Amino acid sequence: MNETLASFGLALAQLGVLLALAPGLNGLIKRMKAVLQGRKGPPLVQPYFDVVKLLRKDAVVSEHATAVFRWAPTVYAACFATAALLVPVLWSGAPLGGWGDAIALVGLFALARFALALAGLDTASSFGGMGASREVAVAALADPALLLVLFAVAWRSGGTDIGAASDYLLAQGLAAVAPSQLLALAALVIVVIAETGRVPADNPDTHLELTMIHEGMLLEYSGRPLGILVWASHLKQILLFALIAALFFPFGIASTLSEIPIAVGAFLLKLVALAFVMSLVESSSAKLRILRVPELLGAAAALAMLALVAEVVIG
Amino acid sequence: MTTDGPLPGLVLTWQLDGLSLLFGLVVLSISAVTTVYAIGHARHHGGLPGGGLLYLLFILAMLAVVGAGDGFTFLLAWETMSLASFGLVLTDHRRAGVREAAWSYLVMTHTATAFIIAAFLLLARTSGSLLFADWTAHAPSIDPAAASIIFLLGLVGFGTKAGMIPLHVWLPRAHPVAPSHVSALMSGVMIKLGIYGLVRLSFDWLAPGPAWWGAVILALGATSAVLGVLYALMEHDLKRLLAYHSVENIGIILMGLGAAIVARSLGAQVAMALALAAALFHVVNHATFKALLFMGAGVIDTAVGTRDLERYGGLLRRMPITGLCFLIGSAAISALPPLNGFASEWLTFQSLLTLGRVANEPQTTLLPLLAGGALALTSALAVACFVKAFGVSFLALPRSPHAAAAHEAGWPELVAMGTLALACVALGLGAVPVVSFIGQLVPLAAAQLDGPALGATSVGSGRLVVPGIALALLALAVLVTLVPRLLGPVRSRISETWACGITLQPIHEYTAMAFAKPIRLMFRDIVRPVRDIGIVHRAGTRFVASVHYRSHLAPVFERYVYVAITDRLVAAAHVVRRAQNGSLQLYLAYVFAAMLIALLLAR
Repeated sequence: MNETLASFGLALAQLGVLLALAPGLNGLIKRMKAVLQGRKGPPLVQPYFDVVKLLRKDAVVSEHATAVFRWAPTVYAACFATAALLVPVLWSGAPLGGWGDAIALVGLFALARFALALAGLDTASSFGGMGASREVAVAALADPALLLVLFAVAWRSGGTDIGAASDYLLAQGLAAVAPSQLLALAALVIVVIAETGRVPADNPDTHLELTMIHEGMLLEYSGRPLGILVWASHLKQILLFALIAALFFPFGIASTLSEIPIAVGAFLLKLVALAFVMSLVESSSAKLRILRVPELLGAAAALAMLALVAEVVIG
Repeated sequence: MTTDGPLPGLVLTWQLDGLSLLFGLVVLSISAVTTVYAIGHARHHGGLPGGGLLYLLFILAMLAVVGAGDGFTFLLAWETMSLASFGLVLTDHRRAGVREAAWSYLVMTHTATAFIIAAFLLLARTSGSLLFADWTAHAPSIDPAAASIIFLLGLVGFGTKAGMIPLHVWLPRAHPVAPSHVSALMSGVMIKLGIYGLVRLSFDWLAPGPAWWGAVILALGATSAVLGVLYALMEHDLKRLLAYHSVENIGIILMGLGAAIVARSLGAQVAMALALAAALFHVVNHATFKALLFMGAGVIDTAVGTRDLERYGGLLRRMPITGLCFLIGSAAISALPPLNGFASEWLTFQSLLTLGRVANEPQTTLLPLLAGGALALTSALAVACFVKAFGVSFLALPRSPHAAAAHEAGWPELVAMGTLALACVALGLGAVPVVSFIGQLVPLAAAQLDGPALGATSVGSGRLVVPGIALALLALAVLVTLVPRLLGPVRSRISETWACGITLQPIHEYTAMAFAKPIRLMFRDIVRPVRDIGIVHRAGTRFVASVHYRSHLAPVFERYVYVAITDRLVAAAHVVRRAQNGSLQLYLAYVFAAMLIALLLAR
């Protein structure tokens, strides 16, 4: 009983840490991009202000919207909050790793997308439909790629458990570096770019109908529901970064309570490094034409499949 | 157990083992629900006494198929089932296209039966009996080459009934035109009996065969799954869309079955049990959500008067309970947690990965992994397809006056759909007891605990506790609702949707066709869309009077597989026709020659 309570406590602590850091990570990427592009950029805490401001504001709901529109933000946020408990962040083992593995993680991503895409269609706006249509098309390649990457990385630890995979790779140290890991990392980075709606797959800063994917689905949201969606998107982003950190750079993850401060430092360091990579990618590449995005994601899916095959045949 | 047959001297043999019981339970439970639905259907469409009799005969024949204990009884039941369903497909025979669809179904199902008869005759010859029990007893002593021939004949025969690609062409034609309770039974239950035949064939009647048997089924399953869902995405007729999803789900079941056969040939018991359990669990799950979705489609068809997705829209406001049931069915078939489709796809993934681990040769290792990739692609595309199917029909503004005037269905339909929607949730949350129940019925599918497993008791890596995930989702959803309230109350105001300053009309909405366009472009080399744009000019001017746009898919399988076969058949018929010139003297000569040859042979 005490163990169960302790694991629920850990789960809430992990969720709290991720939720607290999530908007900050977004602010950091924005700031780094601005500096790289020779601008000053908004302050780091701006996303916190934005989320809190939105959460306090009244909402305007479309007259055509149904319960789907009303409940989609809740489902979307609950999915990523649950998914955040399936990934090890500061200490080894995911808090709810015993309840779900890599397949469950991708399943939750799919459920979140299902809810938001339906909400996009619900208001009868063509922007919502466009966003939903593009989102599911992008996910049709990104989701399989993500799943295959997780299979490839978890292969050596003997299952599909993300926590076990991270522990195993941590114990292996540098011996874990293999061609399949590099392929998997490349695929995962592309997937993360697409899933977090970043250039070159999508543009997080615009509502221009020619390019937008994620923002299209959110267009009819306002006030508190929008605040929940924005925060949940930030959570999704930090969750995916944590996934890269746990599976490819697992050093510093704590196994005892006294190592937690080191783990926090290491995690922040990894986040800053990944944020820098993302801002570099976003600053140095142009947005792809929407119809060329599948080629990029197809490459990610192919890399992921190759990683799995290489892992099994060579590794 | 035996009973007297329809003719003197004919004895029908029955047997009921765990596998029969499992499929029998599926037949009985789904047909009980569809029969409740049929009460409501009869109110709107007028119940035909003959149709009702055929319907009962159909259900009875399906039960007889799973209970048959010898080849003759099986074939009798199988043919009754096929012919009864043919009659039911013809219910609306005055509607355009129904007769052609029924005709192609009849041709395909009889060709399939011919293959099954051939397989049965070979089995009967090697064992010297028609009894299934004797076939099982003789299985180890069949010559491997003969066994492979029997397997391939059975694969074509049962695969056609199951709707496996490339033998699926009858399915998207016949299922949509039947009344919806019949479509629900055909898609939910009847095609599963093809799977039943394949399981019997490869696990009962034939000894463990070479790995390539399983590899063939695995490859065909992966192809069926990916192509099935792609064709479904391109479809805008709701019932045809669902029929293509049956092809997809049969593909997923076949992946489990193929993996089980490969694992059996390698002697990997754990992998085999896992894979077979995955296949059988998905049989149960697909039966529930597909029957639910077909009944939902039937309700919408009755309410709006068309099966065309582009004429639906806004139905959730008008039919809230139907909408909720259809939403649950859509989420289940898209393999979203915590519903039953997710649980069985999880098992299928795990069985493919486990097989990849135990297999030691590259060809047996690679195939499960590639199939795993195909399954990942399939479930992502299924999500896209059901966002389209649900979103376009139930959300936004009505796209036609009929959709705007739609009404909620009567209680029988709602009870039937509600029952199956609850079953989708229950089978997902109760995945562990259900899978262990399947393991009790079919000992081969009793998944052991050392390996990835459903439930928290396993020690292996990779676990899934569906109630746990559901609980976490629910608890966090409550938190998401409550925590922002700490910041104070907010109101929501109802206003119009922003449409760039013009009045929003249904024509501004994304259509089903437009929704699927990015995916159509991504996979255009596979689905072969054909665009047909016609511009009509006003007489004598260059002003455009009207433009029409039509898009359809090139019928790849019909063109390259079936037309090739039918062309050759027709050519052969032309050759044979020369012997049939209508002259009586010539026919007498034939009779004379035939008699002469018979006498010479009998001498």
